[in-house]
Amino acid sequence: MRSEADPFTLRPARVHEAEGRGRRAFALFQAARHAGPLIWILPAHIPEVPMLRGLPQGVGERLHLLRPSSEADLLWCIEEALQAVPVGLVIAEPQKPLSFFAGRRQQLAAETGRTTGLMLIPTGAGSNAAETRWQCQPLAAPTKASADSTLHRWNTNKNKSGTIKDWTVNWDGTSPAFHMVSKARERYEPTQPSR
Amino acid sequence: MALADARAICQDLATRPADLAREAAALTALCRWTGRYAPMVARDSADGLMADISGVPHLFGGEAALREDLQSRLERAGLTVSSAIAGTRGAAHALARHGGGIVPDGRLAEGIGHLPISALRLDHDTVSGLARMGLSRIADLIPLPRAPLARRFGQSLVMRLDRALGQYAEPVAAAANAPHFGVRMTLPEPIGLQSDVMAALERLLARLCDKLAQHQMGARRVRLELHRVDQGAAQVEIGLARPMNDAARIVALFVKGVDKIEAGFGIDALRLTAPVIEPLAPEQISAHHRVQPEHALADLLSSLGNRIGFDRVLRLLPAESLIPERSHKIAPAAYSAAEPMPAQTGPQRPITLFSPEAVTGPSGNPPARFRWRRMHFTTLRATGPERITPEWWFDDPAWRDGLRDYWRVETEQGPRLWLFSTPQTAQGSPNWYVQGEFA
Repeated sequence: MRSEADPFTLRPARVHEAEGRGRRAFALFQAARHAGPLIWILPAHIPEVPMLRGLPQGVGERLHLLRPSSEADLLWCIEEALQAVPVGLVIAEPQKPLSFFAGRRQQLAAETGRTTGLMLIPTGAGSNAAETRWQCQPLAAPTKASADSTLHRWNTNKNKSGTIKDWTVNWDGTSPAFHMVSKARERYEPTQPSR
Repeated sequence: MALADARAICQDLATRPADLAREAAALTALCRWTGRYAPMVARDSADGLMADISGVPHLFGGEAALREDLQSRLERAGLTVSSAIAGTRGAAHALARHGGGIVPDGRLAEGIGHLPISALRLDHDTVSGLARMGLSRIADLIPLPRAPLARRFGQSLVMRLDRALGQYAEPVAAAANAPHFGVRMTLPEPIGLQSDVMAALERLLARLCDKLAQHQMGARRVRLELHRVDQGAAQVEIGLARPMNDAARIVALFVKGVDKIEAGFGIDALRLTAPVIEPLAPEQISAHHRVQPEHALADLLSSLGNRIGFDRVLRLLPAESLIPERSHKIAPAAYSAAEPMPAQTGPQRPITLFSPEAVTGPSGNPPARFRWRRMHFTTLRATGPERITPEWWFDDPAWRDGLRDYWRVETEQGPRLWLFSTPQTAQGSPNWYVQGEFA
């Protein structure tokens, strides 16, 4: 079972989904936390490729990039990679909405290979079969004091075996370590010390 | 004659540098062709072939007819050759390089006696030493007593002479043929079922893999040719992510290809070849018969590569360059090994990189407000600039604008972008582009 201290552990041997602007950062965060070879399935027409020098430590040498030319090949690659036992994490970027049929097939493939999958989907194009769905947004650090932090807002809007929550995280993109940022609240004290 | 002298004599002399590798390849091909005259054919020094034709000439109607046949065939092929037939290897070598001809059986001494001593495959010092003593022809050498000759010029001279005269045996040492990695099977009755083809394939693969393992080789590509009874042919070819000679793992990759084959009226012959092979050292087999993780990954990459193409199964490799596009290489995973990433120093790099996209409506330096991909952004803070100069030794059209100033721009809307400007452009204000996105 997942512990409350680390809510970002993806349930193993299941397929999860991430959407929003910060989904690639979330995928890399998960990649750094999974051992073993990593497979990133990226359609051939997508211009954004991972930049090796910007990846978290230890991710670059484990990463394999697949560039299938069609959506059918992409779905086939996802299933094939999920069924392979040695793979640690499969990250894929399907461009079309995933049907329930495709999502269910992926779950079965993930259970066969005991591999975790993470689909980076366009907003609202997920499948109902997903274990969890994460909404990921990069967040600006509002104050001068937090200027050196890289904030992310990660919240689940679907969770088959838990509750829906949201977190604000400071993760700098270099290591698996991260810091929770406590919730902002209304300020009750006066802004300036009273004279 | 030196080249300069030759040019002085003939001013429009055409010269080409010798291509030894291609010459050797051509000679090897000729060596295979010469197999029609003799079972044992070997290369003889850099420019000749030596065939052992004992017992063969009567098939061509005698030695003279055989030589005539050889000469005319090669002449028709456009080759100018000189050939000789003699009782010993040394004599044939000597005669072929000095006019050619046939030495009748048992008359070796007369046949090669008139040739110069250098025809005996001797080194230059021995030849000049003999010439100083007034010995210039082989006939001069034959009547001399052997012992003083050996003492003065070494054993090799006597040995060469004895070999040329047949007093010392010298067989034609033909090199062994390179192993051929191909097996075939013809069937008494045509087959059509997929399971039958797979069973035949398994038998062929077992034989091919045994042969590969025996030579410590692994296949990188395996090709299956199927011949149908109606003279049609089909072909299935698979690639492997690493050299392999394990039949059970290769056969799994053929399933998809064999499934698509049209059997027609039946298949009656199969041929399995390994067109691309690589050395593969024997490996320790684990006691538990468990598939090792790297083998399992190679199997996955093979099956992925066979469907989407091996050029689409990629790996990122570090490269020595400060230019963002060239700071890593994207290489096919099947033909490269993972390299550890050197420790990252210097400014932070984005997680994704794309070709530069111009922003519209930038204001200020760095821009306080801009539009990119139909979104408005307001800069919260910008880190930089990091100046990167183009690599002048590459002519990269993307870097024609000169040097670039890179900024990490944190926007109020959230995204952290990698912007750059080109201060060296001819226009008054620099252009701004987005090239990456940070975590």
